[in-house]
Amino acid sequence: MSAPERLTGVAIIRRGLALSPSIKDGLWLTILLAVLSTVGGAVVPIVIQVTIDSGLGEGDRTELSDVAGYLAGAAGLIVVTALVAYWMRVRLFVASERGLSQLRIDAFKHVHDLSMLTQNAERRGVLVSRVTSDIDQVSLFLQNTGIMIIVSLGQMVVATIVMAFYSWQLTLVVLVCFLPLVFSLRFFAKRLSRAYDIVRRTVGEMIAVIAEPVVGASVVRAHAVEERTQQRVDAGIQGNLTANVHAQKLVVVTFASAGLAGGLANAGVVAVGVVLGVAGGLSLGTVIAFAFLVGLFVGPVQTATQVLTDAQNAIASWRRVIDLLDTPADVVDPGLDGVSLPDGALSATFEQVRFAYPGGPEVLRDIDVTIQPRQRIAVVGETGSGKTTFAKLLTRLMDPSGGTVRLADIDISTVAFDDLRRHVLMVPQEGFLFDATLRENLRYGRRDALDEQLVSVVHELGLADWFASLPRGLDTEVGQRGESLSAGERQLVALVRSALADPSFLVLDEATSAVDPQTELRATRALDRLLDGRTSVTIAHRLSTAENADRVLVFDAGHLVEDGSHAELVDAGGAYQRLHASWVAQAQLSGRLTDPAQA
Amino acid sequence: MSDSTTAQHPVPDDVDVRRSDLGNRDDDRVTRRGMTLLARGIREQPRLFWISVAGSLLFGAMTVADAWVLGRATDHVIRPSFERGDVATGALVGAILLFLAVAVLRALGIVGRRLIGGILYYRLVATYRRKVTRHYLVLPMSWHHRHPTGQLLSNANADVEAAWAIFMPLPMAIGVVAMLLAAIVAMLAADLVLTLVGLVVFPVLFGINVFYQRWLSPRVTHAQSLRGAVSAVAHESFDGALVIKSLGREVDETARFARVTQELRDANIRVGRIRGFFDPLLEALPNLAILLVVLLGIERVASGGADPGDVVQVAYLFTVVAFPVRALGWVLAELPRSVVGWDRVSSVLDEEGSMAYGDSGLAGSGPVGLVIDDVSFGFGDAPADGGRDVLRGIDLAVEPGKVVAVVGATGSGKSTLTSLLSRLVDPREGAIELDGTDIRDLTHEALAHAVAVVPQSTFLFDDSVRENVTLGGSHSDDEVWDVLRTVQAHDFVMALPDGLGAQLGERGTTLSGGQRQRLALARALVRRPRLLVMDDATSALDPEVEQRILKALAAHTAGDDGPTVLVVAYRKATIALADEVVFLADGVVADRGSHAELVARSAAYRALVDAYDVARGADA
Repeated sequence: MSAPERLTGVAIIRRGLALSPSIKDGLWLTILLAVLSTVGGAVVPIVIQVTIDSGLGEGDRTELSDVAGYLAGAAGLIVVTALVAYWMRVRLFVASERGLSQLRIDAFKHVHDLSMLTQNAERRGVLVSRVTSDIDQVSLFLQNTGIMIIVSLGQMVVATIVMAFYSWQLTLVVLVCFLPLVFSLRFFAKRLSRAYDIVRRTVGEMIAVIAEPVVGASVVRAHAVEERTQQRVDAGIQGNLTANVHAQKLVVVTFASAGLAGGLANAGVVAVGVVLGVAGGLSLGTVIAFAFLVGLFVGPVQTATQVLTDAQNAIASWRRVIDLLDTPADVVDPGLDGVSLPDGALSATFEQVRFAYPGGPEVLRDIDVTIQPRQRIAVVGETGSGKTTFAKLLTRLMDPSGGTVRLADIDISTVAFDDLRRHVLMVPQEGFLFDATLRENLRYGRRDALDEQLVSVVHELGLADWFASLPRGLDTEVGQRGESLSAGERQLVALVRSALADPSFLVLDEATSAVDPQTELRATRALDRLLDGRTSVTIAHRLSTAENADRVLVFDAGHLVEDGSHAELVDAGGAYQRLHASWVAQAQLSGRLTDPAQA
Repeated sequence: MSDSTTAQHPVPDDVDVRRSDLGNRDDDRVTRRGMTLLARGIREQPRLFWISVAGSLLFGAMTVADAWVLGRATDHVIRPSFERGDVATGALVGAILLFLAVAVLRALGIVGRRLIGGILYYRLVATYRRKVTRHYLVLPMSWHHRHPTGQLLSNANADVEAAWAIFMPLPMAIGVVAMLLAAIVAMLAADLVLTLVGLVVFPVLFGINVFYQRWLSPRVTHAQSLRGAVSAVAHESFDGALVIKSLGREVDETARFARVTQELRDANIRVGRIRGFFDPLLEALPNLAILLVVLLGIERVASGGADPGDVVQVAYLFTVVAFPVRALGWVLAELPRSVVGWDRVSSVLDEEGSMAYGDSGLAGSGPVGLVIDDVSFGFGDAPADGGRDVLRGIDLAVEPGKVVAVVGATGSGKSTLTSLLSRLVDPREGAIELDGTDIRDLTHEALAHAVAVVPQSTFLFDDSVRENVTLGGSHSDDEVWDVLRTVQAHDFVMALPDGLGAQLGERGTTLSGGQRQRLALARALVRRPRLLVMDDATSALDPEVEQRILKALAAHTAGDDGPTVLVVAYRKATIALADEVVFLADGVVADRGSHAELVARSAAYRALVDAYDVARGADA
């Protein structure tokens, strides 16, 4: 049962090394050096044996000259192996850090190529851990755990060889003392690994409940649920404590038993050694040397359980990174083979387009529609009607599962990404900003834009008065996710950024969250100027957007159910009429309030 | 050289700056704070601490005893047996029993040191997590507002761990000091000349360990902070993926990520070079010392000053002592980090102050009358400290069962007003009364029972839908479904895999902003408050949904039993619910009356309510 598991582990290491040539190149030399570096430890027992047997054991007949060569040789070997160990470690650190930093960068780049990043907000935290903690685990494995396994094994093998050379009987005694432990290692490692799984789970739970009195402070206060919250927090902390103590117990058991085995081996060596020695088969020095050799076993076995568990975790992490890199980019850039879109306003055509998420039902079915250049399209529909999917297919954030999307009669999948992104721009609902200055955020739209160009676009969009109200102008730090600005201001920045990119085709997801009226008004006007002269598709949440559009596309349950101007659809008795009625109800209510005479 | 300059510009050369920083840092202060920290930890868990120290002492003593037994056995069992050609059975059995006894006791020592020591550490961490979070629950909201969320979370998590991390290697280090002393004594008993080797080598080992950790530790800290930077860039970049992809900036983003990653790589390699140098050195030194012992031992035995067993014992001591000595270095490396962690933890624990509640209940049932009497509020300590108060001289009386809308531009003080009603903050001047009782005289429970505030942004607990609505209160499922219907949430809750039992939050279902707001509304309504306060609580909803909720709410609150309602609103549809509108501007009540009256007489009001609808196109 355990064999295929181990094989997979080896396969993962092999595949991982293939992905990081900087680690793989010269790895054998590093491993050889690691094995050589363990020789130093075996020198001491040999010197002890030689010295004692040369006469030290018999009291006064020892001559320094008899052992001087051995001592000098041993000192030389110890120094050389230390140097070899240094060389090995530096090689290892440099190679693994280089390889892993490249792996980090490759994985990061690959994540950006995957469409799931834009589909699934919940997965983002997981993806971050692929390029951070998972690779940290692999690095720990390569630099500590992995090399420790090689050094430990090397040390035990060298010790066993020296022992076997001295006396097979005593070697047997030592092995018998350690073997039960060695055989139970996998059992303990498995239990320890389970224990650590529980620790990790309880950490997650604890962190979540600890957030409640902090992030939810005002809710807790307002509803007077302090006691309940504290109970939840205490339970989370207690769960984590229990899990940690349990894991610690397992670590200690193996650690202590290795020490016990060492003591047992020493006693056995002395007992058997004396009996054999008296019978004339062993020298005094050999018996003493064995006591020193046993020491070379204790350390590796003591830490073995921990090392095996760490190795398992690291291999699991490596597997996750490899799986990520092996996930094919579902939306492929034709790159150099790609064609270019013509300049000027673009048309868009959907031919028999359908879309389903892998393993899911179709969320868009048989869409046939053509959008003329410079048309202003409003897309409306309930949540889940397919309108967002429609927008994502238009910008090639995803590819359809059937049918073709064309821009200016060119199949969108044949257009080079560079060119596509220059012509087609999606503006998301919330203006996401980066933790940098306003200038840098705007330059996401056009990377080489000069300050004057930034300011002139701000003016073109009619945002000069807002811009003037920023005390530090382009140097304004927007904070994490732009949180130093208001939600409305973030939308303004996103609009300026989009205008700088100067696309010929715009796809917008209209914001639903409330911002203060003045900013709202500014945003509406700026958007109006941005759309002027371009083809645009807006996922509309507002009456005015639909009313002012050249054409309204109505989606329902994955179908394009209505297509026409507001005027045509509003009395057509379909989905749009119903949707419109609820908007109007609100407007009428407002109207009645605004003008009491209407009531 | 200040910390902040180096922290802001992590360039490769700054490592040396950091090191000298650490050197210049007031060592006395670190030591003093460290000692206070140790004393506190010991006082907290004295039994566990002393047991783990005893375990460690036992381990140290038995390690030395192990070498002593080997030396004794050499001279009194093995050598005589070999010389006489006959097994000294009695002595041999004695020696073996000694070996076994030492091994068992040493194992016991390991259990005491590592297991009890580990439990000690984990308990300290758990205890202080509880203390810190209890403090969070007591400290006033004004304190919460002054401290970033991330900082408070890390105070309760990473900082508590860092503070007590010193207790992991501490028992071992104390045992090692005892072990070294015992080793010297054992050597003295064996031979004076060989002892000299120990007297030279032990301090050298200790010194190298200290130097090693001193050199390494700031570089490890630096690498750790770069690890944080790598993670921050990845987080931000993945969060903004849609923007990056649609603007075609993947390559630039990868370059940005590569920069921090390569900085981390270089920092890690620097750490690796230091480790690569010191680890082999610390392994080789004891071995070289053994050669020296053998060299000197030959002369000592020849001159009759020592027995061969003495030489064996001293040589063996070096092999067993070498590794544990490193614990001393770990303690020294951990101390500054622990002190920093402790400083952060104690900055929370030293904070005093809490919201004091009264001991009155609120009589009666049904809607309450609300009186806000000349209330002023500012975030600073006094209005003199630069700014004006956020709210100034607010007077407002709402009769039981009435609905009042509060309208005002951003920054006019609307949200602050809602915070005052549930006493998240208290007014600087003036009073707020419910049915004639000052809310400061009410018990916490009575106030929470009477007033429910629905905030702008919703916090969801990592718990089921049911618990998120009831917050542990005893409400039947029917009641919960009832309010969920009122807030138009029953459809999506019913669609969740476990309905009311569906887990929300980090590891559960993620809800949209509008869905979260609806649950927050349900949370308030299920408690049947006598005063319902809504702070722009429907802002994330689609107009259709909002419309349905407002209708249901109106029906829900209209009865004789319905609460008094104060609602902060932008949208006219929300304002439409109100019997009266209060127009706030710049922290004062600029006007009040019916919507129609305000529209008729206040240009500012008209501009405000129209601006929103113009922008939204609702009056098109």
